[in-house]
Amino acid sequence: MVTLTSYLILSAAMFIIGATGVLVRRNAIIVFMSIELMLNSVNLTLVAFSAFLGDSTGQALVFFVMTVAAAEAAVGLAIVIALFRRKQTVNLDEINILKW
Amino acid sequence: MIAYTPLLVLFPLAGFLFLGLAGPRLRNEKLIGIIGSGMVGLSFALALGILMQMLGSAPEERKAVVELFPWISSFTGTMGSFSVSVAYQIDQLSILMTLIVTGVGFLIHVYSIGYMHGDRGFWRFFSYLNLFIFAMLNLVLADNFLLMFLGWEGVGLCSYLLIGFWYEKKFTGDAAKKAFVVNRIGDFGFILAMLLIFVTFGSLRFDTVFAAASILSPGRTVMVWITLLLFLGATGKSAQIPLYVWLPDAMAGPTPVSALIHAATMVTAGVYMIARCSLLYALAPVSLEVVASVGAATAVFAATIGLVQNDIKKVLAYSTISQLGYMFLAMGVAAFGAGIFHLMTHAFFKALLFLGSGAVIHAMHEEQDIQKMGGLKKHLPVTYWTFVVGAVAIAGIPPFAGFFSKDEILWKAFSSDFGSWVLWLLGALGAVMTAFYMGRLVFLTFEGKERFGHDLHPHEAPKTMTVPLMILAVLSAVGGFLGVPKSLLGSNAIEHWLEPIFDPANHKLLITEHDIVWSEYVLMAVSVAIAAGGIYVAWVMYLKRTGMADRLAARFSRIHRVLLNKYYVDEIYDASVVNPIVTISDEYLWKGVDTTIIDGSINGSARGIGAIGSALRRIQTGVAQSYAVVFVGGIVLVVGWLLLQSH
Amino acid sequence: MTLESILFIVFAAVGLASALLLVTRRNPIISALYLILNFFALAGLYLTLHAQFIAVIQILVYAGAIMVLFVFVIMLLNLRDERSLREGLSWKKVFAAGVSFGLLMEVIYILMTSASGMTELLPAKATEIGTVEAIGSRLFTRFLFPFEVTSVLLTAAIVGAILLAKKKLD
Repeated sequence: MVTLTSYLILSAAMFIIGATGVLVRRNAIIVFMSIELMLNSVNLTLVAFSAFLGDSTGQALVFFVMTVAAAEAAVGLAIVIALFRRKQTVNLDEINILKW
Repeated sequence: MIAYTPLLVLFPLAGFLFLGLAGPRLRNEKLIGIIGSGMVGLSFALALGILMQMLGSAPEERKAVVELFPWISSFTGTMGSFSVSVAYQIDQLSILMTLIVTGVGFLIHVYSIGYMHGDRGFWRFFSYLNLFIFAMLNLVLADNFLLMFLGWEGVGLCSYLLIGFWYEKKFTGDAAKKAFVVNRIGDFGFILAMLLIFVTFGSLRFDTVFAAASILSPGRTVMVWITLLLFLGATGKSAQIPLYVWLPDAMAGPTPVSALIHAATMVTAGVYMIARCSLLYALAPVSLEVVASVGAATAVFAATIGLVQNDIKKVLAYSTISQLGYMFLAMGVAAFGAGIFHLMTHAFFKALLFLGSGAVIHAMHEEQDIQKMGGLKKHLPVTYWTFVVGAVAIAGIPPFAGFFSKDEILWKAFSSDFGSWVLWLLGALGAVMTAFYMGRLVFLTFEGKERFGHDLHPHEAPKTMTVPLMILAVLSAVGGFLGVPKSLLGSNAIEHWLEPIFDPANHKLLITEHDIVWSEYVLMAVSVAIAAGGIYVAWVMYLKRTGMADRLAARFSRIHRVLLNKYYVDEIYDASVVNPIVTISDEYLWKGVDTTIIDGSINGSARGIGAIGSALRRIQTGVAQSYAVVFVGGIVLVVGWLLLQSH
Repeated sequence: MTLESILFIVFAAVGLASALLLVTRRNPIISALYLILNFFALAGLYLTLHAQFIAVIQILVYAGAIMVLFVFVIMLLNLRDERSLREGLSWKKVFAAGVSFGLLMEVIYILMTSASGMTELLPAKATEIGTVEAIGSRLFTRFLFPFEVTSVLLTAAIVGAILLAKKKLD
């Protein structure tokens, strides 16, 4: 018997794996993909709740998350390209101007 | 006319602003002089117009308040609401003071055109004088204590600026500071008195306060405090014991300043203030006694110092202190009208004497020592004759102005319910000394042999200086007829004029008019006799037998030295007040408290924050991932805390 | 064991494995391919939840469009041989991993201790709400305004992306 909790735990595990990727990887593109992973794990939660509650609102919300993810991917990748042009690297440790 | 009252104040203000801002670029002494004097002259003319209108109306319609704008208005607090307006009050007393201030002030302005000729700060001098007139008119015309205090402080500021007018010299700066600091002590009393008045009556407007006071009965402790604190303010501004020490030093300023501020007008502010608050003093007879005692004591004390001074302006300065003592004596024996009368005549003859001494100093090329003068009569005829008029007026020889006013005070000091023969005796003692030192001053300066070098050729001052002297001489000669007492078949016009102002106080004190009694004539004769006697003794000592003064000085050398050194009051103040304060400030408060504790704690906290900052700045790496780690760590902690809470 | 359980376990295992491989691979291209695999596993899971529309969209939009963009950028930048990106183990990383593991433990603890009361999936109802028709009517009725605003968002994203990626930034 597959319960709601199993979906939620699976989703949480994937979310944490994504978060760990964001926190430890240096490659900006891999960090970015980890963020996509986190978004998808949240989507899984939404769909699971939607199905178990019998309410389609959750799935509509997933639709919107996907739109936002598409926009975010386009802008984010553009930033990565601009960054690479300027610093010749995508190593996040070397991008340390976020101070003062 | 009365509706134009604010213009009285605004003319000198305009003059001050214009001369202060445009003065350095004018480069034309005549123009500056005309503007400076003209503004005061306009005020004087307007004041005359207002006086004419008042004379044409019934006594009870002579009072008016013209409000210009609200100054401070606060919401209702526990003490009630506090609101003060810039409002000017015209009544018999304030118009009289306005006429004295603007009239004498105008003459002194004109005189200054000649006296200050060629001075680098010519424009500055006139702008300060205009500012002074502005402040002084605020003082006398104010309809509430706070605006009066504004003027009170304003004249103090102008006094400071003008004493230290020649700021290149150290001693003028020192004298200015001394005047300012000593005045602050008195002002402190004034401020406390204002606070007490507000707490007691809930307002600072004269009308409201006096209306509330008129239904009180005498003998309340708070009234004693209010009046004594006000009197402390008066002793500062009007140079009475114990705060008189600044006035002799104030002679470091230009002579017209001494005439205007330190003789005729500003120093009488204390007298005016007590006259204005006569009703409050009537509620505190104890304070009246204090005022009378201090006044009488000052009158004698300052006169004794004046006996032996050799600086022509110092003699006049101590004379001023002494004469102010008479005015306070009059206030203290509840002879308010007589005090104001003497204030007016004193303004005439003391301004005259100071301006005359200025002409002498001018002619002698800044020499002020009367021992190095003599025989100036033939070089400076106009100055001589006007000075003599002033001298006999102050000495109290009839029919000159000083006789009537001083005699009125002495008579009241003797006959009033608050007077006594002791007060009269002190006053008479002061009067004989006044006559003596004025005689000495005239004889040493103008008569006898010339004691100055032959390369010095004194010459008479220009018209701008002599004409004001002559006008003031006329006023000193005839000014007294405004107050001829009933006993001499006069009508005592000035006291009659002022009656509505002092009626509430007199009513409170149950003072009624006395009938003419024979003793008045006796005392009058005595005072004429002692005035003449004083002059005669001076004549004998300094003209007839010239060596006598020195022999007397040698005989009583100890007393003479004490008098010459002004009773060592300055030295006593230095030792007892000034030096301890300086030592405490310097050794403990500055080097101890300020540098170590205050600076130390401030610098220490700054250094501590700097250290914390340089430690914390390592956290800010600039790498977004580190921030994200902290962010997630924060989530872990918050969730963990919530979990712990739920159990 | 029902078919349902078997499918869940298979998809969950594939999803977790591909997610782990995604964050551990050095070469971004390999990571991207594992992410695509992860998306397919998720699509499968959506199907077990009877969410047909979302499953299809997941493959079309995510695996199809977004991931193409990723792969395109990776190839454009040609990052494969970058030496500086050799990732070592550091205390910082251990700490970061520890923090996220702590978060995982907390979430699992919460999920295990709180009874949701919704253990039963009702297939009939779930099928009904997962259809294109059901979601479409939802989007065009209750969520009409957000739906229209989405177009503004996408336009802004397109403009922003072009502006950022232009050769001359200034």
